[in-house]
Amino acid sequence: MQLVLEKRAERSNAIALISPLIAIGLTIVTMSILFAILGKNPISALGVYFIDPLTDSYSLQELVVKATPLVMIAVGLSLCYLANAWNIGAEGQFLVGAVAGSWLAVKTQGTDAGYWVLPAMLLLGAAAGALYALIPAICKVRFGASEILTSLMLVYVADLFLDYLVRGPWRDPAGFNFPTTAEFDPVATVPVLIEGGRLHLGAIIALLVVAAATVLLGRTIKGFEIRVVGAAPRAAGFGGFNSNQLILLTFAISGALAGLAGIIEVAGPVGHLQPGISPGYGFTAIIVAFLGRLNPIGILIAGLFLALTFIGGEQAQIAMKIPLDVTKVFQGILLFYVLACDSLILYRSRLIFASRQVSSGTG
Amino acid sequence: MELVEAIVLAVLAASTPLLIAATGELVAERAGVLNLGVEGMMIVGAACGFAAAWLTGSTTLGALCGIVAGTLLSLIFAVMTLGLAVNQVATGLALTILGIGLSGLIGARFVGEKITPAAHLQIPGLTDIPLIGRILFGEDAFVYLSLALVVGVWLFLYRTRAGLVLRAIGDNHVSAHALGYPVLRIRLFAVMFGGACAGLAGAYLPLAYTPFFIPGMTAGRGWIALALVVFSSWQPGRLVVGAYLFGAVTILQLHAQGAGFGIPSQFMSALPYLATVIVLVLISRARTGGSTAPAALGTVFVPDR
Repeated sequence: MQLVLEKRAERSNAIALISPLIAIGLTIVTMSILFAILGKNPISALGVYFIDPLTDSYSLQELVVKATPLVMIAVGLSLCYLANAWNIGAEGQFLVGAVAGSWLAVKTQGTDAGYWVLPAMLLLGAAAGALYALIPAICKVRFGASEILTSLMLVYVADLFLDYLVRGPWRDPAGFNFPTTAEFDPVATVPVLIEGGRLHLGAIIALLVVAAATVLLGRTIKGFEIRVVGAAPRAAGFGGFNSNQLILLTFAISGALAGLAGIIEVAGPVGHLQPGISPGYGFTAIIVAFLGRLNPIGILIAGLFLALTFIGGEQAQIAMKIPLDVTKVFQGILLFYVLACDSLILYRSRLIFASRQVSSGTG
Repeated sequence: MELVEAIVLAVLAASTPLLIAATGELVAERAGVLNLGVEGMMIVGAACGFAAAWLTGSTTLGALCGIVAGTLLSLIFAVMTLGLAVNQVATGLALTILGIGLSGLIGARFVGEKITPAAHLQIPGLTDIPLIGRILFGEDAFVYLSLALVVGVWLFLYRTRAGLVLRAIGDNHVSAHALGYPVLRIRLFAVMFGGACAGLAGAYLPLAYTPFFIPGMTAGRGWIALALVVFSSWQPGRLVVGAYLFGAVTILQLHAQGAGFGIPSQFMSALPYLATVIVLVLISRARTGGSTAPAALGTVFVPDR
């Protein structure tokens, strides 16, 4: 018995649409088995994970709050992956953006600085994220160093740098020695959309990012170049597209979006700079990008779905004492199934019995 | 002089997991498969290795359990990338995310427990030689095993027919397939070997390096191992040099933190990661005459039957 892949003559559009759904279905089946192994009732565990967060206003707002950074980062990453440039250090760019924007918030704290502070913070965050992402991109195009490894290494560096700042120079003197800055001033805080709620302006920005990326990919020459360089590098070469320039561009955009997400997270839901501001948004966004089929609209839906796993995971930990790591297992398994189902789009897979006769027949 | 001895011993201990994991990955990459899941396989190896050692009290069983865990994870990777021809970079990332989650699940109830660390070699007379005695004859079994592994891999790659076939597949899978070599089967073995080594390297950490398990204890060592393979230009001998250099950077920054110098500890902790970036740049830059990487590295192969 043998598994054989045959290349499809045409991409199957029907499968392209349902393959993420198949992947989610398979993941849920696998998770049920895992819950049963952990000694929990799979039905009620799945209920806590996927249904309960959708039933009250607080959780629904929280869902959007968590989806905001995921969608923003994933849209940027999808541009990289479409251009076949592998930025996996978005987590680091997120942290650096948070640090750069927080710098202004810390410096203007207690002064009578006006409403220019928040926009300037967002700009700083985006610029710092872009510059930080350009380090691996430049190492790649100038020296040929693997952008996968360098971008990932810089995550650890950013993490340690943030840790140094909040334990050292930026620590809140009135913070009982906790590693955190003081709460940001109101002018340095992202405004909430509903009085007393959690939903904040970042959600609108994320929607704008999705719209901009849709236009960029579907309606502009640059978007076309990005897609061609990734899908057919040789054709792109003959077309005169500069693939190095596109690597720099996509890295800069994705870094800027990750940095922007970072400063929005710090100036919004968190309210101050501290270690652990991200439960792995930069890495989960990789899954969001693939689950969304590297398409901005798809990413919007996928971001909401993975935000659900974060909230469901927290609730399952409180309600059913299910370890928080189950969420990571869930996300890892989901990415496996998404990738496996993608294979269905490119190839027709068949199980072949008595393979020898078949191969001699076609050879 | 005792300080020098202590530093060398610490460097050897810090380098060993890097060397073991990188050796396994080198074999997989020589066969043309880029498995970015080393970090995930290592951390699961660490959790399973510690669990087994704590339950049975045996370091050997712990190491074996780490090896089995790493191999099983690498099998998932193999099914995806070899069986279903999925992109290797994305699958490797998925493996790392899954591994970090799994290790947390498996290791949760062992956090805070302690085990007896792996025994060190003790040869009366030889081990007591001042300065070099403990360095040469007083290590734990993993240190000797890691060096034997490198020699074994070198002999296999350059002195056996199977090793030649493996390298040929890594350089040109289409030609190798045309010559009748089973490309996917040999890649499967190479990936499994890489998984076994990563699992063992992970198990080394709680079994010998620190006698307890903490979540995320691999701290990027799997990624550094991947960088080491690039550093070595895919040659086992240079891997030893690279691994010991990185071990030295890790230990020296720890000693520098202890000594003070007024440099914040976070900056010193960042050194191994920054060093990795700098080394990758220097190595890639030095290769002006074309890349030394296996030519088919990271590309999928679908046999046309």
